[in-house]
Amino acid sequence: MGTLNAPPTAARQTPTAASAAARAIVEIRDLSLTFQAADRPVVALDHIDLTVQSGDFVSIIGPSGCGKTTLLRVVADLEQPTSGSITVDGMTPEAARLKRAYGYVFQAPALQPWRTVERNVTLPLEIFGIAKAERARRAAEQLALVGLTGFERKYPWQLSGGMQQRVSIARALSFAPDMLLLDEPFGALDEITRDHLNLQLAELWRRTGKTCLFVTHSISEAVFLSTRIVVMSPRPGRILDIIDSDLPRERGLELRESLRFQEIAARVRRGLKEGHSYDD
Amino acid sequence: MTRALPVLTVALAILVLWYAGAILLNAPQVLDLWDRSGTQWSTIDLIRACWNMERAVLPTPHQIVADLIRTIFGYALDNPRNILFHVGVTAGGTLVGFVLGTVVGTLLAVGIVHIRTLESSLMPWVIASQTVPILAIAPMIIVILGNMGFTGVFPKAIISAYLSFFPITIGLVKGLRSADPLALDLMRTYSATPAQVFWRLRMPSALPFLFASLKVAVAISLVGAIVAELPTGSVAGIGARLLTTSYYGQMVQMWSALVVAALLSLVLVWGVGAAQRIVIGQSRPPA
Repeated sequence: MGTLNAPPTAARQTPTAASAAARAIVEIRDLSLTFQAADRPVVALDHIDLTVQSGDFVSIIGPSGCGKTTLLRVVADLEQPTSGSITVDGMTPEAARLKRAYGYVFQAPALQPWRTVERNVTLPLEIFGIAKAERARRAAEQLALVGLTGFERKYPWQLSGGMQQRVSIARALSFAPDMLLLDEPFGALDEITRDHLNLQLAELWRRTGKTCLFVTHSISEAVFLSTRIVVMSPRPGRILDIIDSDLPRERGLELRESLRFQEIAARVRRGLKEGHSYDD
Repeated sequence: MTRALPVLTVALAILVLWYAGAILLNAPQVLDLWDRSGTQWSTIDLIRACWNMERAVLPTPHQIVADLIRTIFGYALDNPRNILFHVGVTAGGTLVGFVLGTVVGTLLAVGIVHIRTLESSLMPWVIASQTVPILAIAPMIIVILGNMGFTGVFPKAIISAYLSFFPITIGLVKGLRSADPLALDLMRTYSATPAQVFWRLRMPSALPFLFASLKVAVAISLVGAIVAELPTGSVAGIGARLLTTSYYGQMVQMWSALVVAALLSLVLVWGVGAAQRIVIGQSRPPA
């Protein structure tokens, strides 16, 4: 399981104990995606190979324009790859989308301002045709999970940015998908709120055991949350390094002070630097 | 009180200007009359005369109010001398036309947003339809529909609808396209059907645009109904009232009809605003 792909700079592969018994949920082989821009084609993804095991928390980190969001959108069947292959839970991304295999959390909460918090959480359930009583039950359950019990009747504008993003996570969890795709969900929040939500997300992942694919441009966020960190570089979007983290599954903020945390963070930083991503 | 103060200030300014204008516009007539009869007059006399002329160029507000009270309370509601009778007739035409225009405008907007070729094929005609002066084609429409056996409220409603569908189409096309791209992506991750995307995302996103359009539409529906009452020798409606009073130089009655038309449009726009508050409610932050 350790030989997922061998990027030139990634020599060490240390699979975690958890992933040894797991199965591959996302398998990406030699995948490329080229956008046809007005003047010239833009290579957003260049020969990507990546496998995500069930129960893993995989972070994709890289500077702006490295294709990390595009990669997540390909998994979600929101973008079509130009070449290469991808399977999600053994199916095409489209089949996986139709089977509601994943919940997607965007950069912005994308809540509907005309719906209450509760009815925002039940929006996917309405679309799936789930009965009203069951919808209410699941909304209460998910809102409790993200610590928003008591806010059911509020409207989004009455909530802070961090609370809105927690509603959007509850919404993604409401139909119990096996996998969460998170696209810089805390990118727009202040650092204090961010720390708090990272802690909540880590706890949520540990309790539910869901597979998480998490896009970020914060090194400490990536190291804190992940079992595996994928380092990408821009122009063209390539994977530079894949780092397996052996940090314990149970994580508190003090973990960030530990030596092992610092070592992993340093390796991520080295990877990002090798991408020459800040030179141009 | 803080809300009423600005409104009252403006109302007061209008009254001051109105009374000043009445002196300015009516004085030549009064002076001409007095010159010929050799009447002695003071400034107070002149002002009093200007403000109470029976056939004034510009009648004053208190004359109009007196006329309104006289016609509203002096006659039964179904008597053509009662201005409310005409208000009822015009309001009926306006509302039927407004509903018709809203339905047509909505269907056009939904079509244009969902079928790409409709935008290029229909939009130029939608815009061209509004460049035709309504005063020029209203008599034709009424005569043609009259020959086909349609009289009464229907031809009037057609002209109202002809004017009012336009802002609805323009506003709703913009509104239906205003849905947040992320929210559209989200619906796609749910594999929502086009109907679900329409009812659960596009339409609610479009509501603020729709209500802004409805306010414009209901006001020009009224204009359409009044214009439709002008050309055909109709005997009922604010338009007919405007026409007959201007024939006979009954300036006070004519201004009464104008004031009533303005009040009616105020009520109609307010009605749309009330509907907006009920539909959109507290889901937006208080303005």
